Amino acid sequence: MIASLPRPVWLRTATVLYVAAFLVFLFLPLLIVAAFAFNNAPYPAPPWRGFTLDWFLGNESAGRLGLFHDTELLGSIWTSIVVASWVTALSVAVGAANAFLMERHRFPGKQALSVLMLTPLVIPGVILGISILSLSSRLAELADDLFGLEIDSLRPGLPLVVLGQFSYIATIATLMISARLKRYDRTLEEAALNLGASHVAVLRTITFPYLRPALIGSAAISFLMSFENFNTTLMLVGADPPLTVMMYGRMREGASPVLNAVSLFLIVASATLALTLMRRSPRQDA
Amino acid sequence: MAEAPVHGAWQRRLLLTLLLAPALLWLFALIVLPQLELALLSFRERIAPHEYRASLDQYRTFFTEPLYWQVFVRTATMSVISTALTLLVAFPIAWVITKVARGRASSLLFVVCLIPFWVSETVRALGWLILLRESGVLPALLVKLGISAVPVELLYHDATILTGLVYTSLLFMVVPLVSSLESLDNALVEAAYDLGASGVAILRQIVIPHAAPGITAGCIVVFMLTLGNYLTPNLLGGKNSQWFTELIYTQFIVRFNWEQGAAFGFLLLALSTAIVALGLRLSGQRFVDVMRRS
Repeated sequence: MIASLPRPVWLRTATVLYVAAFLVFLFLPLLIVAAFAFNNAPYPAPPWRGFTLDWFLGNESAGRLGLFHDTELLGSIWTSIVVASWVTALSVAVGAANAFLMERHRFPGKQALSVLMLTPLVIPGVILGISILSLSSRLAELADDLFGLEIDSLRPGLPLVVLGQFSYIATIATLMISARLKRYDRTLEEAALNLGASHVAVLRTITFPYLRPALIGSAAISFLMSFENFNTTLMLVGADPPLTVMMYGRMREGASPVLNAVSLFLIVASATLALTLMRRSPRQDA
Repeated sequence: MAEAPVHGAWQRRLLLTLLLAPALLWLFALIVLPQLELALLSFRERIAPHEYRASLDQYRTFFTEPLYWQVFVRTATMSVISTALTLLVAFPIAWVITKVARGRASSLLFVVCLIPFWVSETVRALGWLILLRESGVLPALLVKLGISAVPVELLYHDATILTGLVYTSLLFMVVPLVSSLESLDNALVEAAYDLGASGVAILRQIVIPHAAPGITAGCIVVFMLTLGNYLTPNLLGGKNSQWFTELIYTQFIVRFNWEQGAAFGFLLLALSTAIVALGLRLSGQRFVDVMRRS
């Protein structure tokens, strides 16, 4: 029942209990992950054996390899950062071009193109991955047969991971930037042009500053989605796995608490990003 | 039309071409052509090394090998159950956010609900593993409370997989529900109440019809994401998960039988597309908004 109507005591109690249970359900897994990053035991499992920072600072010689000395794990974080940077740059650039294309121009087939732009979101990530893998290895074989060229970037590896993630994150960037461009008052541009400003000057001093929040927002979302992507990446990954794939591999082997340590880092990083973005535009970009 | 006159016709044409190029390159090189390649792969059969012929063999295998279509049906059924459960769990929360809590409490609750979903799915799966496995937190707690004599394995059950899937999908249900419930006029509910309608009647005749677009949109997205999920069923279900995406992975990456994997991929895509198309017809443009928000 809504707030303005009388609610019996049992309903109020039930509501409070439900919300409490829901919040426990939401946060318990994350709190558990964070807590066991500090447990003084070789496995992330109860009982609690006291507080330690070994899983962050530990050195191999001490028998416990902490996050800051785990070069394999640190390497995969770096790989993720590199991949995410490429995906972000490509997605925001293509997304911005698409936004101008769809909001400012008319051309035959526009309706079809706008539908096509949405399709990457309805194709499961696994299928995006295998389809790009299939096409690129056909191209690699063609290059080999016709020209005797061995093109490594067409084989599973980071270039394909970047393309695979970009293939659907570009849609998200396009939607976010278009939404902002749609609300743009074009008379501002016309006024500047009438007053003698050049097109470049208008773009730089009026249009770009207006679009900046959407560009920053879509860059942050693109980076995060790339960093956290698993399905598409798993199908295209080569010799050096990004963080999520590396974590997955280790979790299947039986995790050491160093995974909790790296997870805590991820929780803090993404919560900070989430809160920053939501503070800037409450509810809109959630 | 609103374009400034200084723009010459050929300049406009050049600009249009420059803007079209990246869009077409992206969509054709990474979406259209790969899907065509996948279709071609699925309709061929290898008769000798580097020799292929057109065939329906891969699809025949799917229908004649019980394991394959059973996993397919199981994945679809579990996804439907998971979507329904997600709706049941998310609806009361969306209701509290929009209609019960007020002002700051309402927006705070909304933000708090969203935060966990910014964290990687891998991390959340790790949390469930530590909570539920035999040596984990909940089994130890059950022993301590005297509910079970020895630690029980809580992983690898269907219920575990469903819990994990609901957990992963909640955001994609809460957001469209909140936005559709927000536009429901409180006066309607009050009027119905004053006229003596029961809670159930209000829910059935006013709230649900009003929130229907949000419910449909949330359900489509959740169903689609659940169907295509790999990580959660795989980690929480182990060998018992029997998720269709795992079959695709096995055929493609482990067995290197791309033809079979491509056929499986196409079947999954067909199911997913059918559901999305159905939902799009029911909910119209809202789908786009939902994807934007999530």
